[in-house]
Amino acid sequence: MGIEIEKIRGLFPVLHQEVHGKPLVYFDNAATTQKPQAVLDALNNYYSTDNSNIHRGAHALADRATRYFEESREAIQLFINARESAEVLFTKGTTESINLVASTFGRKFIGKGDEIIISTLEHHSNIVPWQMLCEEKGAILKVIPINDAGEILFDEFDKLLSPKTKMVSIVHASNALGTINPVKKVIAAAHAVGAKVLLDGAQSTSHLSIDVQDLDCDFLAFSAHKLYGPTGLGVLYGKREVLESMPPYQGGGEMIKEVTFEKTTYNEIPFKFEAGTPNIGDVIAFKAALDFVNAIGKEEIRQHEDELLRYANELLSQVKGFIPVGTAAEKVSVLSFNINAMHPYDVGMMLDANGIAVRTGHHCTQPLMKRLGLEGTVRASFAVYNSKSEIEKLAEGVSRIARIKNK
Amino acid sequence: MSSIQEVQDEIVSEFEILGDDKESTIYYIMELGGSLEEFPDNERIETNTIKGCQSKVWLIADEKDGKVHFKADSNTDITKGLITLLLRVLNYRIPEEIIKAELNFVERIGMGSIIGSQRSNGFASMIKQIKLYALAIQSKQNA
Repeated sequence: MGIEIEKIRGLFPVLHQEVHGKPLVYFDNAATTQKPQAVLDALNNYYSTDNSNIHRGAHALADRATRYFEESREAIQLFINARESAEVLFTKGTTESINLVASTFGRKFIGKGDEIIISTLEHHSNIVPWQMLCEEKGAILKVIPINDAGEILFDEFDKLLSPKTKMVSIVHASNALGTINPVKKVIAAAHAVGAKVLLDGAQSTSHLSIDVQDLDCDFLAFSAHKLYGPTGLGVLYGKREVLESMPPYQGGGEMIKEVTFEKTTYNEIPFKFEAGTPNIGDVIAFKAALDFVNAIGKEEIRQHEDELLRYANELLSQVKGFIPVGTAAEKVSVLSFNINAMHPYDVGMMLDANGIAVRTGHHCTQPLMKRLGLEGTVRASFAVYNSKSEIEKLAEGVSRIARIKNK
Repeated sequence: MSSIQEVQDEIVSEFEILGDDKESTIYYIMELGGSLEEFPDNERIETNTIKGCQSKVWLIADEKDGKVHFKADSNTDITKGLITLLLRVLNYRIPEEIIKAELNFVERIGMGSIIGSQRSNGFASMIKQIKLYALAIQSKQNA
C-alpha cells in the first residue's frame, strides 16, 4: 500500500501557505523537516499541563514529566534497535553528539600518532571536532577519497586502516549529495583493526531503517529536527561498554552520584552524560515525531521518497543545462545539481520567487565541493509529505530558469 | 549629470513598473548585470573582495578628473545586477557627493524582501566599501 499523500500533508500546518504569491513547495528537508501537528500538540500539552523538572521531584507533575521523558528515550531505543534505553543520550544535536565523543572518548583513548579516519563526504560538524582533537593530541586525520559519482573508495579506505586507527567517523548518508555509504562494511573493517566507529546519522535516520545492533556501530549521532521533531535536540547512541569507559562530558547536576568538596563520583549512563536540566519539552515531543514515522513505516517512506527522487531525475535530466551532482548508485532523496553557466545562488533565488524552497551553496561540506571542483550546488531534498506534482513544479521552474543561459 | 536623488527616483519608478512579481523583478536585476563595465581579470584577487557578501564581489576604484571611478564584478548574476544599480547612482561623482549620499532607493524598492536578509547585509557591505574608497580618494585629493 502506498502513501496517502494528501492525508499526510494535512498533518503539517506549515505546508499550507503561499510564498511570494505561489503555493509553498518545501524542498529543504535535508536542512530541517517540517513538524506534524502531533509534535506541536505534544509541545503545547507538555507546557500546558506537565511542565516540571524531571527526576527526583517529589510531586505529581515531576513524576509525569519524568515518565514521558523516559518513554521518549525508550521510543528512540526501539527506533534504532538499541539493546537498552540507557544507551540513548540526549544532546543539542548531531553536532554536539559528535563533539561529545571527540572530547570524551577522544580525550581518553586518542593520543599522539593515533589516527582518525573520516571521508571526503563529511559535513563540517564531522570534520572540525576531529581536527580540534588532532591538534590537541598530536593525532592524525586521514580522509577516505571518493569517485566522481560521490561514492567512497572502499579499497582506499582499507589501505588507510591500521592498528594506529582509533576512530572511524563517517556519514551514513551525505547531506550534500545523498550518497548512502556502505557503512556495515566500513564498520566491520574498522573493527577488524580495533577502531571504534561513529556514524553521522543526521540524514539517514529520517530515510532509512536503522538497526544499531545489526550495523554494530559504536556510536550513532542524529538530530530530532531532521526527523520531523523539534529543533535543539539530538541523540547520541553509544554501546554501553564504550559509554561506560568514557569520562563525563560536562560537569553539573544530574550527572553525579555523590558530590563532596574532596571528590565527586559519577552517575550511571545515560545520566553521566546529561549534566543539567535537559531539553524536556522537546524530548517529549520528539516521541510524537517517531510515532508519526512509525505509523507510516520506514519502508513506505523510503519507497515514496525513492520514487520522488527517480521522478525528479527523470524530469530534470530533460532540462538543457541541467548538471546533476552526486550520482551514486545508493542515495537518499537528495538531488544536488547545477545549471550550466549559472550560480547556484541565482538559481535558488529564482526558485524561491516561484515558491520553491531549496538550499544553495556548499552545504557545510567545503572540502567535498573542492574535491568536485564546485563552488556549490542547488539542493532539493524530499520528505514523506512531498508529492509528484511538487516535483513537476520544480522541473518547470528549473527549466524556465535554465533557459535564461541555455537557449 | 543627474543628481543622486534623481537617479534614485528613476530606479524606483522602474521597479514600480515591475510591480509585486518577484520572479520578473529578479529577472530584471539579473539582466541589469549584463551592462556592467568589464572588470580586469588581474584585479580579481582576494584583497579586492568585499567581506560580508555571500557571493564573491570584487570592487576597485580610481580617480578620474577629480571624480571616483568604480569597477566591480561578482560571480553571481543577481549580485552583478545589484552592483549595477549602486554604480548607476554613485559612479563618476566627486568623493564628497558619494560620502554624503543618502541611499533611499534600496528601501523604497523593497530590496530587503526581494533579496532576503543575508544578501541585504552583503549589499550594505558594498555600500560601506564604496564610501570608504571615496573617503580614501578624498583624503588623497586634500593631501
